[in-house]
Amino acid sequence: MTGASLSSSVEPALLAPAARAVEVIGGNLTEKSLRLHLEGLPGVDAVGLEARAASLATRSIKTTSKAWALDATIRMIDLTTLEGADTPGKVQSLCAKALTPDPSDLTTPRVAAVCVYGDMVPHAVAALGSGSGINVAAVATAFPAGRSSLSVKLSDTKDAVAAGADEIDMVIDRGAFLAGNYGLVFDEIVAVKEACRRDDGTYAHLKVILETGELNTYDNVRKASWLSILAGGDFIKTSTGKVTPAATLPVTLLMLQVVRDWNRLTGEKIGVKPAGGIKTSKDAIKFLVTVAETVGEEWLQPHLFRFGASSLLNDVLLQRQKLSTGRYSGPDYVTVD
Amino acid sequence: MTATETRFLDYAPAPESASILNLRDSYGLFIDGDFVPGSGKPFATISPATEKKIAEVAYADAQDVDRAVAAARKAYDRTWSKLSGSDRGKYLFRIARLVQERARELAVAESLDNGKPIKESRDVDIPLVAAWFFYYAGWADKLDHAGLGPNPRSLGVAAQIVPWNFPLLMLAWKIAPALAAGNTVVLKPADTTPLSALIFAEIIQQADLPPGVVNFINGGGDTGAALVNHPDVNKVAFTGSTPVGRMIAKSVAGSGKSVTLELGGKAANIVFDDAPLDQAIEGIVNGIFFNQGHVCCAGSRLLVQENIEAEVVERLKDRLTTLRLGDPLDKNTDIGAINSRAQLDRIRELSDIGEAEGATRWSAPCEIPAKGFWFAPTIFTGVETSHRIARDEIFGPVLSVLTFRTPAEAISKANNTPFGLSAGIWTDKGSKILAVADKLRAGVVWANTFNRFDPASPFGGYKESGYGREGGRHGLAAYLTSGKAAR
Repeated sequence: MTGASLSSSVEPALLAPAARAVEVIGGNLTEKSLRLHLEGLPGVDAVGLEARAASLATRSIKTTSKAWALDATIRMIDLTTLEGADTPGKVQSLCAKALTPDPSDLTTPRVAAVCVYGDMVPHAVAALGSGSGINVAAVATAFPAGRSSLSVKLSDTKDAVAAGADEIDMVIDRGAFLAGNYGLVFDEIVAVKEACRRDDGTYAHLKVILETGELNTYDNVRKASWLSILAGGDFIKTSTGKVTPAATLPVTLLMLQVVRDWNRLTGEKIGVKPAGGIKTSKDAIKFLVTVAETVGEEWLQPHLFRFGASSLLNDVLLQRQKLSTGRYSGPDYVTVD
Repeated sequence: MTATETRFLDYAPAPESASILNLRDSYGLFIDGDFVPGSGKPFATISPATEKKIAEVAYADAQDVDRAVAAARKAYDRTWSKLSGSDRGKYLFRIARLVQERARELAVAESLDNGKPIKESRDVDIPLVAAWFFYYAGWADKLDHAGLGPNPRSLGVAAQIVPWNFPLLMLAWKIAPALAAGNTVVLKPADTTPLSALIFAEIIQQADLPPGVVNFINGGGDTGAALVNHPDVNKVAFTGSTPVGRMIAKSVAGSGKSVTLELGGKAANIVFDDAPLDQAIEGIVNGIFFNQGHVCCAGSRLLVQENIEAEVVERLKDRLTTLRLGDPLDKNTDIGAINSRAQLDRIRELSDIGEAEGATRWSAPCEIPAKGFWFAPTIFTGVETSHRIARDEIFGPVLSVLTFRTPAEAISKANNTPFGLSAGIWTDKGSKILAVADKLRAGVVWANTFNRFDPASPFGGYKESGYGREGGRHGLAAYLTSGKAAR
């Protein structure tokens, strides 16, 4: 063993002293203390987790409960477009849809946010105008792969915040996580959180995308959820939507359990955002049931739960029309965005 | 509806419609392929959720039992024992498919008569009934591989008595292997839950099963005794309480009848501190509150490692407050009605004894309907091994929580019961599962799950939980004798 590595084991490199982590794990936060904490979490039994999710999915939500659930779903949607082909026109059209989801029924609530790439933020801000009640969320940190230098990720974030993004959806470094460099993942989240700081001292809301499809195991998802919360994430989000599987019900249930445990431990409320693959009202209602029965129905509000989705909104609108008219219309009776 | 006025979690009613049922006002006994009147005084079967009468059912006396056994004997001698295995299998496959076709109707009937939630009868009971018939249908022409050597023989007429907790599923556990092996059957359903068997009798007619191969007689303990003691019965299969099982074992001793008994239990559900905790909580709930705890293999004793007891109990209570007790036909109901007033009285009595002996009682806060038989999910903490609620089978939604310090202590406490039907182990460590399971004296040991059933898996008890196995190849062998044995 060389002298250099010996001295580094005597004086281990300290991680960024994020307030939550210091509170829960203790001061002088190191790679080792973080690792010990994450590895001390109870394991997840995949069969049992999936069985519980399947059982929650059998809840039968009818009549008044269904009507409430459909409106709640709309209020919690991050209406999303994340394509290489996105243009100012496309973003403008998406924002118009966010403002008036159903022109045939103006009682329809508005969505929570529109979610776009960072360079589209100015167009979204302009299209929504002020006082719409709809946030602009930007994906950042070299989304979706996150394979870039820290400085690029930070300027990506700062640019979006400067352009007026209310929320930042960052991706974690899955490569570092899978290689066991938890400290690297942690420090990066702390740095991005700091990059979310505006000139007036307020912060853009930070959603941390775990990309659960790449983490692969439920144990990894639980560790990454804790890590993201400890580092300061306001929301934990399942996926980018670019990897399959994306937001499954079991994975979301697991993340909700972490949020419940965090709340039990600290009293703090962390948000959860399943994103990708939720296309129907029926699916969305299964998620609402899972939220309500796992962490409590207080979480069924836009500041604590979101759906990252694009096609979900129109299916909810069709179901909503069916509830009020008693019959199904068709895709030509809701607007494409 | 706003979050403040009505809560989303007060889900709007989602009742399964009972209009699918096409019930008669009164049902006879099912003997020799037809519904016939009984000689005893007819009795009413009621819904335990409303105490309303569902239908009137004929009561079989000894004379009726004799007719039923004679019909089964005739069918055995003339038809069923002469059919090829593949032909018997065809009938069983047909029955399995008819059960699937009429699954919704059977589920509604079962929930109405028994009180169990429709989500359980729909998602567990009825699918397993079909699975049992499919599984044993496949065995009918493969008896050479049942482990008894070439050309094993059927036993003859089987007398079968099933309990009220899983009326149709227990019927399937009994009838499917008996018929696959070539026996004929006289079966007595429990007197509080005769309905699904009577609808099943219609399925038997629909399947065109030769008359007399399956007969149903309803009635009370005297009917059951007449059946078990009938001299022309070759095999007795009973699922029910240990005291009745003991009576049966005595009465058939020396008669030459084969016997299998599946009796009570007081299963230990062992949770180690390295368990997958969220799933263990679900497993504890499923272990004792599934089917209102009316499960012989229920995990009624929670053995939790002392260093995590407080956390487990707190999480468990949180989880129990989300359970929905009420109308068994509502698709969102988690906890249905207790099957009968007598059973409710027993649960109350034992729970009161638990309190009197010093254990701490906690019940989930749920509204109890005015009519019907109900008992809120209940946990007792501070239970000692000497308490009656740690030793007697309560057969209701009541969990006794005990602690242990080491695996050796867990094993010793788990085995410290006159029963030995099932057990559960919760740990993320595979080697611990194997080491502990090896030392548990229980017929079924579940690891990181509980109350899972499969027709391919044998099921049965040690000690006072009975003898013989049902399910799998072992369950088939219980209805066969070696081809070499003298008849």
